[in-house]
Amino acid sequence: MKRRDFIKQSTAATALITLGGLTLPSFTAANASKHITILHTNDVHSHIDPFGPEDGRNPNKGGIARRASLVQAIRNENPNTLLLDAGDIFQGTPYFNYYGGELEFKLMSKLKYDAATIGNHDFDNGIDGLYAQLPHAAFDFLSANYNFSNTILDTHVKPYKVFIKDGIKIGVFGVGIKLDGLVLKNLYKETVYLNPIEIAQDMSRILKEDEQCDLVICLSHLGYNYSNDPEKPSDLKLAEKTKHIDLIIGGHTHTFLPKPTITKNAEGKNTLVNQVGCYGINLGRIDFYFDSDRNKTANGTSIIV
Amino acid sequence: MNFKPLFTLFFIAFMFSCKQETQHLTRIEGKQIAITDSLETDAGIEAFVKPYREHINKDLDSVISYAVATYSKSDGELNTAIGNLFADVIYEQSNPVFKKRTGKDIDMVLVNHGGIRSIISKGDITTRTAFEIMPFENSVVVAAIKGSQVNDLVDYLVTAKRAHPISKLNLTVDTNYQLVDARINNKAIDTSKIYYVATNDYLYNGGDGMDFFKPSDSLYILNYKIRNALLDYFYKTDTINPVIDDRFIKLDQ
Repeated sequence: MKRRDFIKQSTAATALITLGGLTLPSFTAANASKHITILHTNDVHSHIDPFGPEDGRNPNKGGIARRASLVQAIRNENPNTLLLDAGDIFQGTPYFNYYGGELEFKLMSKLKYDAATIGNHDFDNGIDGLYAQLPHAAFDFLSANYNFSNTILDTHVKPYKVFIKDGIKIGVFGVGIKLDGLVLKNLYKETVYLNPIEIAQDMSRILKEDEQCDLVICLSHLGYNYSNDPEKPSDLKLAEKTKHIDLIIGGHTHTFLPKPTITKNAEGKNTLVNQVGCYGINLGRIDFYFDSDRNKTANGTSIIV
Repeated sequence: MNFKPLFTLFFIAFMFSCKQETQHLTRIEGKQIAITDSLETDAGIEAFVKPYREHINKDLDSVISYAVATYSKSDGELNTAIGNLFADVIYEQSNPVFKKRTGKDIDMVLVNHGGIRSIISKGDITTRTAFEIMPFENSVVVAAIKGSQVNDLVDYLVTAKRAHPISKLNLTVDTNYQLVDARINNKAIDTSKIYYVATNDYLYNGGDGMDFFKPSDSLYILNYKIRNALLDYFYKTDTINPVIDDRFIKLDQ
């Protein structure tokens, strides 16, 4: 190739890149910082209305209409927000007994939930009862360790989903608790439970290496920690046995944490584990800040909880 | 003009451009926000929920029976009025279903004290009362178990010293909580016989430490929720007046 041609062609390419830069926001200004907000709930258990003022434990707390206004305010502040739920959406108030979960799913869709995983109580009306309500959910159900191949849910639940917000790739996968002994067999039917730790190891590798995600989030209904049964899969155990996971959003044990837990993964890197109790009385909020400026990124990641 | 080198170069430059601007995670902030009455209520969501809430409340508040007194699961030591009602209702409502399907009778009922989730207040009983007593979706099952397992069941009750609701089973213990007498339908327990014990699916599967239901000779799933059994009983019963009786007693001396 002649040198003249090279220069000409190279100039053309640069022009194209600049144009591309205008349409692909991820390739704009060299040191642009980006901000992703993850909001989450778990174990809401059909608590649509707030607790009344007379409630012995949670007076005047919770309520989806309040959560809706809070989520909207956060979305207005940062449109690059994901809203996630870690399971046990169903069971706990007559709303579920009367409408079978229809209202829960419709309301979560109105709040623009992006994804949820499946809790043991979401099988309370059987796998057929869950399937029947899926048309009311405008969000995805993610579960990587329940094999639904021989059930009615086959193809309706994905192992993971990759979201792109402001050019940042966010991989989210779901894991659920062992159903045998917790849910009646005639409710979960031919659902096959697979080891959630092994599946999480696979999922995090796929999301980080194959899907090239910038953030990897695990939506878990395993439970926070089982000190009396250390071999039982839990969020802390999952964090310890995997790599690449930035955030584990937990559920099942209705754990109220004073603040998100920072723990070490298999590579000795920090992983965040959070769970916000139950009944929709709290909303979890995790903000991730990205920077392409080398000076800022040289110091690693600081975590403020 | 040959465009191939141009595109190759464009591609390389493009890759380089991306690589140079890789985003690095620099900071994470985590917190929890309490949902309290200081937050604004979203009017659209509230309006959407309202008709559902009104329908449920109208239904839940409909009066279906009457209680002559207030009954609590803590109003007796080894048997309580509300527990006796609970177990007797399960027998009365489930036995016709079981008999129609199998031609057999339920021999006894056992559920758990912790499964009574609320009191029954003196006055009108509404649909809501049944939801409060039994918020869970558990259903009636009948386990066919050996007499020896019934003896294990009796040991469990005697050791627990709690007013677990029972029906058709009579137990007497001495002052030291040693078993004096155990009878089903007024007959001593026969270890060679199969008994049909009604319980709920949670307990059948070992809930509350009740590990004596398995292995069972057979299991009959009635597809009858405990709450629906209570509701059906309240619909047909004008007034309830359960009492503490002699089904599980401790001798004074």
